[in-house]
Amino acid sequence: MIIYGVALLSVCMVIGLFTGEILGVLIGVQANVGGVGIAMLLLVLACSHPMFKSLTEGASGAGIKFWSAMYIPIVVAMAARQNVVAAVDGGMLALLAGTIAVLVSFALVPVISKIGPQSDPLPPIDESAKGED
Amino acid sequence: MDITIELLEKVFSRNGLIVAFAAVGLITWFSYFLSNKLTHGRIHGSAIAITLGLVAAYIGGKATGGSTGVADIGLLAGVGFMGGGMMRDFAIVSTAFGVHIGELKKAGIVGIVSIFAGVIVSFIVGAVVAVMFGYTDAISITTIGAGAVTYIVGPVTGTAIGASSDVIALSVAAGLVKSILVMIGTPMVAKYIGLNNPQSAMVFGGLMGTTSGVAGGLAATDPRLVPYGAMTATFYTGVGCLMGPSILFLIVNAIY
Repeated sequence: MIIYGVALLSVCMVIGLFTGEILGVLIGVQANVGGVGIAMLLLVLACSHPMFKSLTEGASGAGIKFWSAMYIPIVVAMAARQNVVAAVDGGMLALLAGTIAVLVSFALVPVISKIGPQSDPLPPIDESAKGED
Repeated sequence: MDITIELLEKVFSRNGLIVAFAAVGLITWFSYFLSNKLTHGRIHGSAIAITLGLVAAYIGGKATGGSTGVADIGLLAGVGFMGGGMMRDFAIVSTAFGVHIGELKKAGIVGIVSIFAGVIVSFIVGAVVAVMFGYTDAISITTIGAGAVTYIVGPVTGTAIGASSDVIALSVAAGLVKSILVMIGTPMVAKYIGLNNPQSAMVFGGLMGTTSGVAGGLAATDPRLVPYGAMTATFYTGVGCLMGPSILFLIVNAIY
């Protein structure tokens, strides 16, 4: 059943966000620390565990895949609700601080990626299959 | 005629989320149309859709004076819900379906290194720019530096150390510029910074940190990289909020 997959996804998210809130309180910051990341880890673990097999395969898995495919549309909606006016109105200081921070961070990606074991590039995307996986 | 418009408004406002699905579907269709016809697929349809979303957000913000872009226009309020934190996080978590746990382990340490490097580097850039613009007090310099980390770290830090509200507003603006630029710029630079595998995506997420920026930027580059980037980015704001008002403020305070 599709709802089983969606429910598993929801339970992972709630537990993750709750853990993130607890972590935030423990280290004394007013933010959720890694809640979404913890939720993702839980989902990855559930997907690879035989106990949850019936919740992640077949129709149940389709319930998770649907939300995964809705990711880009949700990001488009997210873009449409950003406070772009405030970013533009911040003037030169905000523009420079934001832009240089991004450029320097971009430049650091290949530098830090060289540390540790490397992973292979993903195979090219098959355009026709996109949105389905 | 008037009654038709009235009824239409009623249906739109009562079914906001559904209207949002239709509106986003239309934007996406139009974007892929532009991508194929004008750029022959060179610029990704999703990159165009995200950019159009940002343009619409600017227009919406200018028209209404609100702070949530298109969502401040009554008829499109549902876009605010669809693109809000809850749906965004839910969709991000779902992308972890099918992630290879081996790839996560491989990049574990590098991911952590990238988070700290990202927070510190962005902070330094923001602080230096603040000094260039004539700020000389440690509180303002720290707050603007924290804003360059993310638009959440800026106000959290500024409030904690007692910055003035205009400096906090500046720090939010710097963080917004960063977030928007990551959304638009990532697909353009992906090729040059080796952003084509899970490991570099985790480093990318850790360095950039802005959840919205990373989510949008990777979506427009290669959706398969999203879970890896999102995984590290989600810890970034927490680390930033931890370091901003404490160690980073103390260091700036010692210098000024």
